[in-house]
Amino acid sequence: MASYVLRRLGVSLLILLGASFLVYQLVAVSGDPLREYRESNRPNKEALMQARIDLLDLDTPAPLRYFSWLSGAVKCVIPGQCDLGKTLQGQEVTDALSAAIPSTIQLVLTATILAVVIGITIGIVVALRQYSVLDYSVTFMTFLFFSLPVFWVAVLLKEFGAIGFNDFLRDPSVSVTVALAVGLVAGVIWTVLIGGSWKRRGIVFAGSTLLTAGILWYLGWSQWFSYPGLGPGIVAGLGVGIAFALTALLAGLRNRKALYSALIMVGLAVVAMFALQPLLEDPSVWLVILLGIAAVGGGLLVGRLMGGYDRGQSMKVAALTSFLVAGLVLLDGFMQAWPEYFKLTRGRPIATIGSETPNLNGDFWITGVDKYTHLVLPTISLILISLASYTRYSRASMLEVMGQDYVRTGRAKGLPERTVVVRHAFRNALIPLATIVAFDIGGLLGGAVITENVFSFKGMGQLFIQGLDHQDPNPVMGVFLVVGVTAVTFNLVADLLYSALDPRVRVKA
Amino acid sequence: MTEQTTERMTDSLDSGEVAADLKGKSQGALVRKRFFGHTGAIVSLVVLALVVILALTSVGIGGWHGWWKFRWTDTPPLQNGGRPTLSLFPFSLGEHPFGQDSVGRDYFAMTMRGTQISLLVTFVVGVIAAFVGVVFGALSGYFRGWVEAVLMRLTDMVIIIPVLLIGAVIGYNTKSGVVVLGLLLGLTYWTGMARLVRGDFLSLREREFVDAARLAGASDKRIIFKHILPNAVGVITVNTTLLMSSAILLETSLSYLNMGVKAPDTSLGLLISQNQAAFATRPWLFWWPGLFIVLICLCINFIGDGLRDAFDPRQRKISLRRMKETPREEIDNRLEGSLLAANVATLDGARSGWEDGAPGVGHDPDPRDETK
Repeated sequence: MASYVLRRLGVSLLILLGASFLVYQLVAVSGDPLREYRESNRPNKEALMQARIDLLDLDTPAPLRYFSWLSGAVKCVIPGQCDLGKTLQGQEVTDALSAAIPSTIQLVLTATILAVVIGITIGIVVALRQYSVLDYSVTFMTFLFFSLPVFWVAVLLKEFGAIGFNDFLRDPSVSVTVALAVGLVAGVIWTVLIGGSWKRRGIVFAGSTLLTAGILWYLGWSQWFSYPGLGPGIVAGLGVGIAFALTALLAGLRNRKALYSALIMVGLAVVAMFALQPLLEDPSVWLVILLGIAAVGGGLLVGRLMGGYDRGQSMKVAALTSFLVAGLVLLDGFMQAWPEYFKLTRGRPIATIGSETPNLNGDFWITGVDKYTHLVLPTISLILISLASYTRYSRASMLEVMGQDYVRTGRAKGLPERTVVVRHAFRNALIPLATIVAFDIGGLLGGAVITENVFSFKGMGQLFIQGLDHQDPNPVMGVFLVVGVTAVTFNLVADLLYSALDPRVRVKA
Repeated sequence: MTEQTTERMTDSLDSGEVAADLKGKSQGALVRKRFFGHTGAIVSLVVLALVVILALTSVGIGGWHGWWKFRWTDTPPLQNGGRPTLSLFPFSLGEHPFGQDSVGRDYFAMTMRGTQISLLVTFVVGVIAAFVGVVFGALSGYFRGWVEAVLMRLTDMVIIIPVLLIGAVIGYNTKSGVVVLGLLLGLTYWTGMARLVRGDFLSLREREFVDAARLAGASDKRIIFKHILPNAVGVITVNTTLLMSSAILLETSLSYLNMGVKAPDTSLGLLISQNQAAFATRPWLFWWPGLFIVLICLCINFIGDGLRDAFDPRQRKISLRRMKETPREEIDNRLEGSLLAANVATLDGARSGWEDGAPGVGHDPDPRDETK
């Protein structure tokens, strides 16, 4: 095993060396680094050109220049000794990278996690209802999303998601017709999703249409869009819903211990909401993370104390419930900061470009809201284009697993359908997906370049494109190094993960 | 009672049909039949053909001017602020069906020209990438050993080179035109195909019919071309389609970043890039090229889906009712009969990339072979 990993790492290193050499040469032939001076009429043109030649060391041929870059890059193995050169603007590439990487990771990570969760959920649901209306409509939608050019979607999102929504927020009231129209759409979606007999479909359609329209109209009427918030009542209500849903899904409602431990966690969360009020006035990021961990830990503890024949299930359900309810509490906090943020941005809260509002001073909640309003559009466009593949993969994988003999055995020995689907089929359907996700994470860091460019999001993509525009090899190579190393590492991780998850696949040393 | 009997009768008829359409037909005929049974794919094929014909005949190619009255370079005077004159009820094209851009150029002609270029690049990328991918995959999968090691490491290297960089290089040296652009993009886009074909060859070369051919004294060349390649044609066809659908997105993205096709020539991506700032004042400049990209890409994806269903009988629609009536073994045997050898690696099933209309072209999570 160890020797296999070592060998793979060695080969990867050689691949990286070769690829970086190629990339360096490609940057060198991708344009004329002196073009901006050649076209200028400035009197000191010659001197400027000479300075640029010296700066980029253009008198040395590119293949040789590569080695001087390499001698600096090799030092990156020793921490703190990294020397990736300077950008044309004189900034250390390592500094530029360390500023760019976090924002790219934030963007990519949020988008990937959401796309994976949503995509797998849709794929599984669709696989369980193969060849239904739902299946066909989802298949069509995934093909449509998959055919969308990201820059086109991005412009549309800017226009309708940001500018349109901001205009709506100026006078956030919902007319009855609009509410009904949205309600009808929601009704159709729910009907297709739930299915069943015609009577049931009718009830679902009417119910969900009226409910959605009513809620929407009420939210508009009560100025909720200007002063949003959840309050303990709604948090508790949603929490109970989450508790029931998760128990039904993961343990079955007949497992009372799991249900009670989840409900206890909801109660505790609402109590904590009041008890921690002063602490949550202006928390630090670490405090929030700590509270999240505490929520999960508390759930595990309560589930364990509830005992019973299957403690694991109670623990899982309680921990997940309390984590989600803690998320709701957090959301409530951000919502309460909304009116102030709305004022700070002069009524245009959803941003179309950039990764943060310049010169914004605010507490944890304000800066948090600011971050999310900037992240929301790029994240949506990334999700839209990557959702399709996850849906297709998980559908195919789930269909394959559902046809396996052990699923039939499970049914034959009388297991409830929930157990067959969740415990026997779902878990095994995730195995091929795990490798795909690992691959994608490796590729994603470099994959957000266009999205970042369209939204002027200051990340690695920007660094890369700007470097490329000026034939400046150092930032390009820096980004390439980060992306390449992640790609190679995650390829290895994907392979190891696969053999760990599926013991039939052996890694032979 | 009567109802039940009828149902049973139809069922036996149905299963008779299953037998009938699997018996006595060549592989190609079966695939064709299944493909033509896929409504979405047929509709897409027709739509795509219409788009291609429209793009080629309207503004013409080479010296031929086509039937449309304007060229994409003409600048007739602006009419009505350049608004589109297309109306569907009653149908009339009007002077400028897609409107005019800010200097008055006819946007229909420009979009058609852009479609031509984008399709051309897509086609070239598809052909080149498929060719290189198949050669690399076939050689490394068949010969294994050092050939495989070298070729696959080369593949790994090409995978991590950012495509944008290639785009930038071509964008700078692109005096040579769009065919070169397609050619070079194709030369970096074959990696997914190579991995998939290699996987397929790896499983096919262990099959009995290959052993039989070898024992009969067939040369390597003959085994590859006569025995293995025809069995891998499903994977190759489906993947080429999917590759083309992502190639059109790649080309438009590159042109959007000013790295692919450059003015004065035009492409769908470049049109969007040039006009995105005008969204508030002239939204049609933004809508038409985008709609054409989505239309073409959607069609190609559906065709790929239809091809996959046609080549991959495991995903066939066999209703559960029929399955219950026919003994399981019989169905299995029938399926086996029609099963392309290409798909036998069941473990690879969900992951082999062509299970999916996804960018699976890049995925080859097949650690079993990597880790021997």
